[in-house]
Amino acid sequence: MAVPSNLEPLRRFFRRHPRLTRSLELAVLPFEASSKKLAFGCKMCGQCILHETGMTCPMGCPKTLRNGPCGGVRMDGHCEVVPGMMCVWVKAERRSRWLPWRGAILRVQPALDWSLKGSSAWLNVMIGGRQKESP
Amino acid sequence: MNRPGPFPRFEDVLRSGMPIVTCEIASGDGADPQDIVRRARLVRDHVDAVNVPDNTAGVVHMSALAAAAILAREGIDPILHVTCRDRNRLALQSDLLGASALGIRNVLCLTGDHLIHGDQPNAKPVFDLDSMQLLGLAAALRRGRYLSGREIEPAPDLFPGATENPFAPPYDFRPLRLMKKAEAGARFIQTQITYNVARFAAFMERVRDLGLDKRVPILAGVAPLRSAPAGRFLRDRVPGMEVTDAVLRRMEQAGPERARSEEEGIRICVEIVEQLREVKGLAGFHLMPIRWEEAVAEIAARARLKPARLSLAAPVAAVARSETAADGGVPGLDGSALHRSREHRA
Ligand code: SF4
Repeated sequence: MAVPSNLEPLRRFFRRHPRLTRSLELAVLPFEASSKKLAFGCKMCGQCILHETGMTCPMGCPKTLRNGPCGGVRMDGHCEVVPGMMCVWVKAERRSRWLPWRGAILRVQPALDWSLKGSSAWLNVMIGGRQKESP
Repeated sequence: MNRPGPFPRFEDVLRSGMPIVTCEIASGDGADPQDIVRRARLVRDHVDAVNVPDNTAGVVHMSALAAAAILAREGIDPILHVTCRDRNRLALQSDLLGASALGIRNVLCLTGDHLIHGDQPNAKPVFDLDSMQLLGLAAALRRGRYLSGREIEPAPDLFPGATENPFAPPYDFRPLRLMKKAEAGARFIQTQITYNVARFAAFMERVRDLGLDKRVPILAGVAPLRSAPAGRFLRDRVPGMEVTDAVLRRMEQAGPERARSEEEGIRICVEIVEQLREVKGLAGFHLMPIRWEEAVAEIAARARLKPARLSLAAPVAAVARSETAADGGVPGLDGSALHRSREHRA
């Protein structure tokens, strides 16, 4: 995720104070989880790319594809796995056209870091390149 | 075992710019290697490389890696399908290394059909990576690094490819997805089976606008239908497959008698190949006979499909062929393939 470079001092601060960061995360998490779940069906992958995927959570895809639709999308635009559901990528592509930064959907997304699942994406962005401490 | 001489690598054949033919054979449904060998022998003389599917439709078959190794031993250049459905990134990396060690270079990086439609829908789907990330992974291994950054010595010699389905929504995004795949590291593309030529042509038009046909060779998928019920099955039960009403109607008119309906299926397939030849920017064809490898020889003969590697082996013949192609006498695609070869060399 593109992060403005003026976040650097803040990042340093977070890195220097891991326990404080952890407390902050615990405070932020319920708020982030519930609001994003309500608005986007967020699955808390911890590496939010909503803004690059037409404000549509790609983790709602049964194959958790982050780089575009699979080849199995049905003729009516529904998912190959869950016939009752619209393919998240059909929605993402449609919505991305309305965004000023619509080209972002063409960026190749790197592999997911599954160790960040369940952590706060907001904090992860601010901290940058964080590893979730093992439970 | 009779071992044919060294075959030109698929990559070199593609680079030659001659029209290419590839073919997918069904995976082994038992532990007998002869089953795969038999299928491969039915198609080997007509194609440049043979695709080995990886648990197609989520139904368990013999390991694609094993099957591809058997083909390589037979002197056939295999294209190994690698899907993200059954393996996480560790397994994918070790399989790709193993493939290279077994002499398998061509790896088709796929997301994979979901196992919900397979024979064991209660299994845990993996999908740790997606096809795009798998392409990137193959490219990284080739450059001599594991995903962790650790060095690989020696690096595997891989030639990654990818698929695209012009017949599934969102249609506007499909050419862009192809572009993404080229960016991620795809060096060749094979498409889903074409029955709707108009949709394929529209897709290719956009692909040409994006200049993608010059960046990565694209092989159009084609397949013969064996019967009308088979066509209906593909249309209704295989998500992402478009079988047009016109094709189905012709299959139905041919009637239930086997010989007649098979004949009609082959005829339709050949016609589609002829129509696709008019579409600019294609590098060749990819046959998917769906457990009907016997049909490949007939289709190749009638559609005048010839493997490019034969011309490579005899450079003089290749020149003669491309000259006649210019008069329109011989199956060439449209010259754009030849065009591309110049670009590749440039
Ligand atoms: S159809 Fe869409 S939502 Fe369903 S698995 Fe494929 S990409 Fe994911």
